[in-house]
Amino acid sequence: MFKRLAEKGPAIAITVDGRKVTARVGDTVAAALLAAGIDHCRTTPVTGAPRAPYCLMGVCFDCLVTVDGVGSRQGCLIPVREGMKVETQLGRREAGR
Amino acid sequence: MIAAADLASSYELVIIGGGPAGLAAAALAARAGVSTVLFDENPGVGGQIYRAITSTPVADRAVLGQDYWDGAALADEAKASGALIVNGATVWSLDRQRLVGVSVGGKARMIEADRVIIATGSQERPFPIPGWTLPGVMTAGAAQTALKAQGLVVDGRTVMAGSGPLLWLLAAQTLRAGGTIDAILDTTPRRNWLQAMFHLPDFALSPYFAKGLALLREVRAKVPVHRVDTMEAVGNDRVREVVFSGAGGTRRLPVDLLLLHQGVVPNVNLANAAGVAHVWNDRQLCFVPVLDADFGSSVPGIAVAGDGAGIAGGTAAAERGRIAAIAAVRALKPDAVVPDTQAIRQRLQREEMGRAFLDWLNRPADSFRMPEGDTIACRCEEVTAKQVRDTAKMGCEGPNQMKAFLRCGMGPCQGRLCGLTVTELIAAERKTSPDEVGYYRLRPPVKPITLAELASLPISEAERKAVER
Repeated sequence: MFKRLAEKGPAIAITVDGRKVTARVGDTVAAALLAAGIDHCRTTPVTGAPRAPYCLMGVCFDCLVTVDGVGSRQGCLIPVREGMKVETQLGRREAGR
Repeated sequence: MIAAADLASSYELVIIGGGPAGLAAAALAARAGVSTVLFDENPGVGGQIYRAITSTPVADRAVLGQDYWDGAALADEAKASGALIVNGATVWSLDRQRLVGVSVGGKARMIEADRVIIATGSQERPFPIPGWTLPGVMTAGAAQTALKAQGLVVDGRTVMAGSGPLLWLLAAQTLRAGGTIDAILDTTPRRNWLQAMFHLPDFALSPYFAKGLALLREVRAKVPVHRVDTMEAVGNDRVREVVFSGAGGTRRLPVDLLLLHQGVVPNVNLANAAGVAHVWNDRQLCFVPVLDADFGSSVPGIAVAGDGAGIAGGTAAAERGRIAAIAAVRALKPDAVVPDTQAIRQRLQREEMGRAFLDWLNRPADSFRMPEGDTIACRCEEVTAKQVRDTAKMGCEGPNQMKAFLRCGMGPCQGRLCGLTVTELIAAERKTSPDEVGYYRLRPPVKPITLAELASLPISEAERKAVER
């Protein structure tokens, strides 16, 4: 969906569901996911439908992910850090199974 | 990085939001000798319009354009003014006594303020079409944010759809950055011209006239534009196609990315939760705070500046921030030297001149604001338009009662993406006005915080004793 204009800035290694993803300085978690071609970051609590970042400005909450063990963080507001562990979230029904 | 522990327990002026209004207000107030702190949620200042102005990886200045780079001066001024600027700071509470609840780096603090300027700006208007929750459907503003902040440009089959200046600006910026756009679907209703035309003379005198025409020419030369009356995002796990209809019948286009935009509306959550009175603006089709000439709200000591006061654009936002800051300085430090308000008001008036034309022209059609059937109105709780309409028909009179029936507005976004839709749907079904129906009553925390953050609030000995037996 997106490509980088230039592979500039130091690379930052994070993991997404255990998979290694290379982000860049200045990336938020949500931006790093989009740049890596990961097109959904959670499923909804009601129907379990997949969701991806929608507004990238902190209002829609569709980019909620687990960051370093803390759930429901807004991926679009959190800058990536070296070694950060990002996990996609499951909706309530799936998590309860 | 400033930590929660570095914050004082009180400031004369607390500004919430680091876009043009907040930056301009902070610079002016701090220079006048007012102790000023600015809280901004993002990693860097600039707000949405000047997003990542101090850090953008987009080096070619032609891509984002001069209007974007003008924001650098605002950021510099604020930084040099002596105002304390705290990024990564989430304000989750504000009350009538101007007690500000803020979290920085996972630690919360309650800060007292003599004056507060809310400069939380705008957000994109909900665009509830079938399939708008599918991965691969985003707002145009989101794509612009990714371009400004991370140098990400759209890739694959991309369609932009909607109306309003931002859509065309994003299209131009995308093309300049080397991105391709398969089509633009223009949802502007033709009959809008009837109302807009009356305001064309004013718009022709505004700075946006020449810029707007140049943008349209730049984009239309490279991208096919279709006028559409209906639009649907189709796909199972993600968007695969956009289906639209207009004068030429129904068409389908395969897409990887569908970018939606139909204007921006004030971000009312914090002001609403602080008890600031709001009123329906029928031209801009949104709620706006009730404000005096200095942008003071119905709550003493709390002002709302920038697009949060009603949409007028980034340059106007800075002027509004200055006016609100001057009022704060005059109240706090009557002897301080402040700039001439008259000159600022004149500049603001010039900026606002073309607004009526833009508002009437880009007023979204009813069908794109008040959906039918299974189209989702509330994204968080997955409540459909039909559910809201049926519940209104049953006798539900307002959005707060609607929460009890359907849970709409009770998910993590706290109504930001469904509030206007639900209000307008109820008004339509009950044949009354959105002003009569009203908006969600919002309460703090207006942003989610963890229990650990709450537990990190410093507690005085007296407070501890009060709960001891």
